[in-house]
Amino acid sequence: MAKTHDHSHAHGHDHAHDHDDHHHGPDKGVMRWIKTTNHKDLGTLYLWFSFIMFFIGGLMSLVIRAELYAPGMQFIDPEFYNQMITLHALVMIFGGVMPGFVGLANWMVPMMIGCSDLALPRVNNWGFWILPFAFTMLLSTLFLPGGGPAGGWTLYPPLVLQGGASFPLTIFAIHMLGISSITGAINVVVTIMNMRAPGMTLLKMPLFVWTWLITAYLLIAVMPVLAGAVTMLLTDKYFGTSFFNAAGGGDPVMFEHIFWFFGHPEVYIMILPAFGIVSTIIPTFARKQLFGYDSMVYAVASIAFLSFIVWAHHMFTVGIPLAGELFFMFSTMLIAVPTGVKVFNWLATMWRGSMTFETPMLFAIGFVFLFTIGGFSGIMLALAPVDFQYHNSYFVVAHFHYVLVPGAIFSIIAAIYYWIPKWTGVMYDERLGKIHFWLSAIFINVTFFPQHFVGLAGMPRRIPDYAVQFTDFNVISTWGAFLYFIAQFIMIYNFLRCAIWRKGMVPATSQVWEGAHGLEWTVPSPAPYHTFEDPPHVGDEPAAAH
Amino acid sequence: MSNLIRGLMLATAGLTGFAARAADTMENAYWNLPKGVTDISNEVWHLHMAAFWVCVAIAVVVFGVMFYSIFAHRRSKHPVPATFHHSTTVEIIWTIIPFVILIGLAVPAAGTLIKQYDSRNSDLTIKITGYQWKWQYEYVGEGVSFFSTLDAKSNEARQLGSGIDPKTVPHYLHNVDNYLVLPVGKKVRFLLTSNDVIHGWWVPDLAIKKDAIPGFINDMWTQINEPGIYRGQCTVLCGRDHGFMPVVVEAKTEAEYAAWLAKMKGGETVAAAAPAIATDAAVDAPAAAEPVVAEPAAPEAAPVEVAAAAPAAAPAAAGPNGEKVYLGNCAACHQATGAGLPPTFPALTGSKVVAGPAAGVITQVLKGKNAMPPFAQLSDAEIAAAVTYVRNNLGNKVGDTVTADQVKKLR
Amino acid sequence: MATHAAASDPSNRRYFVPAPSAWPFMLTVALGTILYSVSMYLEERHPGPIPFVLGGALFFYIVFTWFRGVATESETGQYSAQVDRTYRLGMSWFIFSEVMFFAAFFGALYYARELSVPWLSGEGSRVLTNEVLWPAFENIWPTNGPAAIGGDFKTISPWHLPLINTLLLLTSSVTITFAHHALKEGHRRATILWMWATIALGAVFLYFQASEYIEAYHELNLTLNSGIYGSTFFMLTGFHGMHVTLGTIMMISVTGRLMSGHFKPESHFGFEGVAWYWHFVDVVWVGLFIFVYIL
Ligand code: HEA
Ligand code: HEA
Ligand code: HEC
Ligand code: CUA
Ligand SMILES: [Cu+2]
Repeated sequence: MAKTHDHSHAHGHDHAHDHDDHHHGPDKGVMRWIKTTNHKDLGTLYLWFSFIMFFIGGLMSLVIRAELYAPGMQFIDPEFYNQMITLHALVMIFGGVMPGFVGLANWMVPMMIGCSDLALPRVNNWGFWILPFAFTMLLSTLFLPGGGPAGGWTLYPPLVLQGGASFPLTIFAIHMLGISSITGAINVVVTIMNMRAPGMTLLKMPLFVWTWLITAYLLIAVMPVLAGAVTMLLTDKYFGTSFFNAAGGGDPVMFEHIFWFFGHPEVYIMILPAFGIVSTIIPTFARKQLFGYDSMVYAVASIAFLSFIVWAHHMFTVGIPLAGELFFMFSTMLIAVPTGVKVFNWLATMWRGSMTFETPMLFAIGFVFLFTIGGFSGIMLALAPVDFQYHNSYFVVAHFHYVLVPGAIFSIIAAIYYWIPKWTGVMYDERLGKIHFWLSAIFINVTFFPQHFVGLAGMPRRIPDYAVQFTDFNVISTWGAFLYFIAQFIMIYNFLRCAIWRKGMVPATSQVWEGAHGLEWTVPSPAPYHTFEDPPHVGDEPAAAH
Repeated sequence: MSNLIRGLMLATAGLTGFAARAADTMENAYWNLPKGVTDISNEVWHLHMAAFWVCVAIAVVVFGVMFYSIFAHRRSKHPVPATFHHSTTVEIIWTIIPFVILIGLAVPAAGTLIKQYDSRNSDLTIKITGYQWKWQYEYVGEGVSFFSTLDAKSNEARQLGSGIDPKTVPHYLHNVDNYLVLPVGKKVRFLLTSNDVIHGWWVPDLAIKKDAIPGFINDMWTQINEPGIYRGQCTVLCGRDHGFMPVVVEAKTEAEYAAWLAKMKGGETVAAAAPAIATDAAVDAPAAAEPVVAEPAAPEAAPVEVAAAAPAAAPAAAGPNGEKVYLGNCAACHQATGAGLPPTFPALTGSKVVAGPAAGVITQVLKGKNAMPPFAQLSDAEIAAAVTYVRNNLGNKVGDTVTADQVKKLR
Repeated sequence: MATHAAASDPSNRRYFVPAPSAWPFMLTVALGTILYSVSMYLEERHPGPIPFVLGGALFFYIVFTWFRGVATESETGQYSAQVDRTYRLGMSWFIFSEVMFFAAFFGALYYARELSVPWLSGEGSRVLTNEVLWPAFENIWPTNGPAAIGGDFKTISPWHLPLINTLLLLTSSVTITFAHHALKEGHRRATILWMWATIALGAVFLYFQASEYIEAYHELNLTLNSGIYGSTFFMLTGFHGMHVTLGTIMMISVTGRLMSGHFKPESHFGFEGVAWYWHFVDVVWVGLFIFVYIL
């Protein structure tokens, strides 16, 4: 690091003309992080933020699980329980998974397409710094009289309108999160469309870049719709409008339509980048090119397209007319086809490869296995007549935690193991990584598999207390949740060793993984503060090799 | 290779055989979907099992291939990776096969769905209204109507720190004071709506679940084959006590049902926790239509059938008992002592609003405020009694008596 | 730190990388303050005007500084063709996100007219909703719903002010295009004149819109409280009005830049971005005129 020069303050924004600005390191201290426009700094910030949010959301899930350890109210008030599930979901989704993926995009997209930074670095900084403010607003509601939002993360009226002081803060926090996501998404789209190194044609882009491109389109299309929906909630409560009030000609179900028009694409926003990560990791450790690159891209695009026309599968029981019910049932089932293509292509990539099982690969395989189980329960839910039984039962909770935890979260964890040597310049501890994987994989199933059973047996979701016949499975589930949570400390230790307490850690080569392909592996580890100030030239070898 | 394939096939066959034997016990286990007691619930159960086994079969193939590959194509056994990375043929195959499987599932599902939607030609109709946090059942055309609330024992046991072991409470959280009584063998149509927020009515054994939406009517139907008691609960998050509004259906033979109905019509009120508005449909039914902030639309003109058939049993001369009304409707939030559950549910003891003008209290009860639902479904006399009770008990001493007329004016 | 040696040669640099900046952070501080104080106000906790005013002032100050900074960067020639493309793409996608925001409200209007109001009046599969809950409610638009929330009201005839407003906005789309052509041909004075004409049209539009609202509130009893009609009417036209206001402010600032010599005939994305935005606002209005006023 060049410690000698620090002239960013003096030079202001015209320093771009500065001759020796390659010495220009970051600012010092906190100001570095507040003012940074560097994609790596911001990627790091996003990942730290996501990490903290996962932790908070995880603690909330432990409150939930502890309350559900036995029938009878254990230690919290039902109202507080409702606040916990609402905030658990909002924190995990908007604070954990989405910023986690944006952080990875920040770090990796410029390095993968061979450019110096994201297209709009200052906007990028804005997108990040909104998050801590928005979540401070959201979480501060817990300390207000009346407590946090308690209407579920789906915010259905009229219930959500009964909220007190937490209500406007929740709405505005969501507006801010929307701004953050939209600016982040525009940045990614523009970077990918505009900043690729010469020779990096669209169909040579690594799949992680492709999936993020499509995810970004989804974000730009649906986040404003969510903003509109919550705005209507706000005016219904404070300004006398009747969007969701039948007496005035509106309909509470209208909110559900608008919400899920956002909400369903949202769940794919949380899984498409995961697909990209897995499609990057499996070829590396199978030492074999990704099978069916083109069809992987088309599959992602079709999933994204279909995600716009299936939303009402969350509303099979609200009484939509028969024709609508059938349409949404069929369109939902169709999603299994492109998703199947992806799963099969991953298998074909592994097939007759030469596999080793380092931690990222273990998590990627865990992803394929457990996500597919979540997909199967998804297909069962898609059958409208049977969904009448499953809907709002723990079967649904099991479904979405299978796609979200060993889906989205495993992929984020895999990605961090995979790229952290590139970021920090040191290898993580492989043995601890493997232990972390096995414990996670086991306990995640202990936590969520029994929820299928208890759901089928008739336990509804979002209840703080339950009939005694559901006890056994809930006990197992709670044990699983606590042990899973504890197992994460192994990972935390491992990553902190890489990021902070680096003494005694093995330095990483620039290639890191012998089977890895792609531009990010052509720069040193740790990656320099500015990479590719000169675009590399991408040869004519098919990028499907990534 | 061929050995391996044979091995794989054998393993699959073994698994299938094991699965088939395990299937029988599993399928009927309490932790599977219940087969239920209606034709539809049986169909739904078969669809569920079909979908399940399809998934299991696909899983066996997919995960079989995956684990075989993990085993056989690891570097120590298979050091040189193959180089293929594309094959249009197999990709087309594995696009088409899932598609066909899905059609195989979609067709019967559509058939069942169409049946579930066909609520024509019903033998009797019951209107179900969700309240925070109880259900109201009206036997349309019979003039029978009552509330159904969590039973007292469960309610006591479920309080934080109650010291009662739920296992000692029969049907903990799955029991109510008044069952919904239905005849077997008859097609019953339900009309669902809500008074405040969205609720969901679910009985697994009947395989029906639908949302109760304020201001709208949803309908669904069932035809129960066997007498018995079937339990379920509210399935849409509806606020603090969402977990505590069970649904209990008692299916009786036709003769028993007729006897029960006659008894109900006999003016005998149900011993409801919610005070007896039992047969007084003309008073309470229309108000059920009133969503959160609405001015009442045209309540007077409302449900023709119900109103017509209802014997106009006005509340007894003595008037409703304020304490009873309070315990039945208000204590869930404000507690029997009036201490409330601050901060969400304020204490009524010493409340400025309570001590203030009577009109303010009446309006709050009629219209609700924030998390407090409207109680317009109560009769004028009941609200008057409750407000009087609140103003002169629970540690409050205003000293006035609120009359039904005052309430009527503020409606 | 390790760097590519070539990066030290500015003639070689390909990318524009802005220096670290505190603008975005401050903007967030401002936004957070505004939203927090509005929340408190809505919940009747009376935070007083100070946080709101301070937040607002900071907000405008930062927006102003940020845009001025960008303008300076642009005018001092730091932007390459690639940066220009970046801004074009960024602006297009931003406008698309705005389209989706309006889509939510148009969707609500569609839902109310095609689904919820017919259902409440007993059409389709919902006969019983009407019979049991809302007898006597009929499906006529405009409506304030079965409970006649907000009381009787009259609607604004599309053929007076709204028609004039339509013509105003359509004309303004033409004048801003003239301005653009003039700019491309290097006629700065003409550009500036056409811009002022466009701004004037926008301002008159806003004036008419405001007087329409006043009439609606005072004479027609058409308010935000007028059931679903009032809700969709005011939310759609209101958000549109806010966008017109924003567009007009942006045009004023661009015209100011034009008057101080900014923009070149061959490169003037700052100008074009505003023009795109104005066209977008215009298109939304046409949608409003058809779906809100006429139909
Ligand atoms: C990452 C998030 C994610 C993902 C990827 C999915 C994926 C899918 N989901 Fe899920 N879902 C959620 C997150 C997600 N879901 C959440 C959060 C909720 C609850 C929200 C709430 O109410 O709070 C929910 C709820 C939900 C419901 C509503 C349930 C209810 O409330 O009653 C339904 C119903 O159709 C559904 C269906 C599906 C389907 C069909 C898929 C498909 O995409 C799955 C496709 C994948 C496969 C099928 C596996 C691989 C395929 C093969 C191996 C090919 C062969 C397979 C067959 C032929 C079957 N989901
Ligand atoms: C991404 C989303 C996500 C995630 C990760 C989780 C994780 C968990 N969830 Fe949650 N959950 C939801 C989304 C999620 N959930 C949603 C949407 C609902 C519905 C809410 C509603 O009804 O409104 C819900 C509801 C829900 C319920 C049902 C409540 C009810 O209906 O009454 C339960 C009950 O057991 C539960 C439990 C858990 C548990 C034990 C975990 C555990 O897995 C938690 C342990 C996880 C961690 C500790 C994080 C570990 C990861 C890291 C630390 C990553 C590291 C990252 C970096 C380094 C960058 N969740
Ligand atoms: C679902 C829970 C609930 C029920 C049942 C309920 N209330 Fe309330 N009540 C509330 C809440 C919440 C508030 C606070 C409303 C606010 O100001 O935001 C409240 C406030 C009040 C107040 C004003 C107290 C104050 O100091 O602000 C009165 C009086 C009152 N309720 C009376 C009643 C009566 C009488 C009944 C029964 C007929 C009743 N409530 C039933 C939830 C409930
Ligand atoms: Cu009623 Cu949940
Ligand atoms: Cu979905």
